Amino acid sequence: MSRAEAVRGASPLWTLGLFRNELLTTFRRWRTLALLGVLAAVPVLVGVAVRIETGDGPSGGGGGGGPAFISQITNNGLFLVFTALAATLPFFLPMAIGVIAGDALAGEANAGTLRYLLVAPAGRTRLLLTKYATVMVFCLVATLVVAVSALITGALLFPLGDLTTLSGTRIGFAEGLGRALLIALVVAASLTGVAALGLFVSTLTHSGIAAMATTVGLLITVQILDQIPQLHALHPYLFSHHWLSFADLMREPVHWDDLTKNLGLQALYAAVFGSAAWARFTTKDINA
Amino acid sequence: MGEASAREPDGAHTGDGVIVTRALTKRYRGGQLAVDGLHLTVPEGSVFGFLGPNGSGKTTTIRMLMGLIEPTSGTARVLGRPMPRSARAVLPHVGALIEGPALYGFLSGRDNLLRYDAADPAADPRTRRVRVAAALDRVGLTAAAGKKTKAYSLGMKQRLGLAAALLQPRRLLVLDEPTNGLDPQGIREIRTLVRELASEGTTVFLSSHLLDEIEQVCTHAAVMAQGRLVVQGPVADLAAGARGRLAVTTPDPADAARVLKEQGVADVVVAEDRVTGEAPGRDLAEVNAALVNAGVRVRGFGVERASLEDAFVALTGEGFDVAG
Repeated sequence: MSRAEAVRGASPLWTLGLFRNELLTTFRRWRTLALLGVLAAVPVLVGVAVRIETGDGPSGGGGGGGPAFISQITNNGLFLVFTALAATLPFFLPMAIGVIAGDALAGEANAGTLRYLLVAPAGRTRLLLTKYATVMVFCLVATLVVAVSALITGALLFPLGDLTTLSGTRIGFAEGLGRALLIALVVAASLTGVAALGLFVSTLTHSGIAAMATTVGLLITVQILDQIPQLHALHPYLFSHHWLSFADLMREPVHWDDLTKNLGLQALYAAVFGSAAWARFTTKDINA
Repeated sequence: MGEASAREPDGAHTGDGVIVTRALTKRYRGGQLAVDGLHLTVPEGSVFGFLGPNGSGKTTTIRMLMGLIEPTSGTARVLGRPMPRSARAVLPHVGALIEGPALYGFLSGRDNLLRYDAADPAADPRTRRVRVAAALDRVGLTAAAGKKTKAYSLGMKQRLGLAAALLQPRRLLVLDEPTNGLDPQGIREIRTLVRELASEGTTVFLSSHLLDEIEQVCTHAAVMAQGRLVVQGPVADLAAGARGRLAVTTPDPADAARVLKEQGVADVVVAEDRVTGEAPGRDLAEVNAALVNAGVRVRGFGVERASLEDAFVALTGEGFDVAG
């Protein structure tokens, strides 16, 4: 039996090897890079559009419409970060998360690689945790891609400097930059609910495409439900309901009410759908 | 770190076989019985052929052994431990190729192996690159290691799948149809590889629907048909179970057939210049003498050894290529 008998132990550090490899594999997929490319393009489009729109007339003026912050962009490029996040959070960002999370397990099942990972043996709980952690990292990276792209575009097209909060007080540029980073983190955290939902859907099917489509479909449905006044009682439980509360970080002092409600709701979704995904994935027959 | 936490799968139960199943049964949703009360014993150190037509329950059995699907009832022990409960302790000692290779097409062959190795928590990351290179070399893929696997031919994919099974020294190799998609040269190489691994002490569990493949490399075999185990045992015993046939080549087949019947040969069949029948229990020299005395011109005379295929037909009463 020779060397096969040699004792092999598993150090906890080695189990991170799979997580590292998963990150590497995810970010080497053409699809992942395409999604990030689309996300990076959104702030550029918004910036250029605002620039063209206000290029002729005198600056200032403050038109009323559009997402929050948009009227301020011409005064301070940093506001493009907030605008871009507000513009991508309702759809582009969660859609990208839905694609990555939905494909996480269903895609592996579809390609047949899931059975080899499990026979390796990756361990079902360990694989599920690895997948969820990777989707979370993708949430963060996707949000940062939007924020950084917006910051660069804003800096190129508009002046930078001190900024006025939504409460009317002035804060320095450095503090404004700090707030922007904080907002990006909150936006990334806002996506953990969708991520868990997508992963759960991913455990239900052997088709990556079906899982992605279902997750994105659920996202759109929830967004529509959130717009129907008659369903008022339901709204506080929809994962997207408090998403735009990140604007409260631009108040002086910061309003924490909706922010904590949002993070609590995301934690609830992560717990419920995370458990459901675990219950499903650890007991299901792998026939693909 | 690197501290040896002893979790060897060989306990007190290893004596009775590397794979032992008792009344193993799988009924899929919808009521289809894929595997029905399987009692399988794979002795340590054997090259075990797992035979059966497509759809006879071989792959379902393998999936249960590998902990991918839960048995409906019955038990399966691999390396002395119950599956799927002890998957984490057992599977690092098992290399598997199940229903063909599955690869990440956008990764190179080397990166595919690095990923599968990273999935095994018992694999030492410090030796990972060396082991991957050795596995690639063993299946002859070193030159193509840097190519994306979507550009691989079916044979190359099959080899890479085998390499993944050989990333560690294994106590058991489970190979499901390992020669699918390979050319004759590739098939010969796999056969050599299996013999080599077996001589190193690895138990090889080889499933196939090709009889001669099993007959050439296996020491033991089991035959499945419609979810049930038809027979299992050493290959020599299985083939001996079917008696050999007496074959006479002659330009006078009609006379030969008459004489053979007189000599007590049963089931005489005439096919052009060949006459065959069940070998009688008496001295064949006398049968030959009788033929010659009757004026039958004999070109060839002898007993054809029974093949595994004859054994299979004798056991199941049907041809081998019947899809379940």
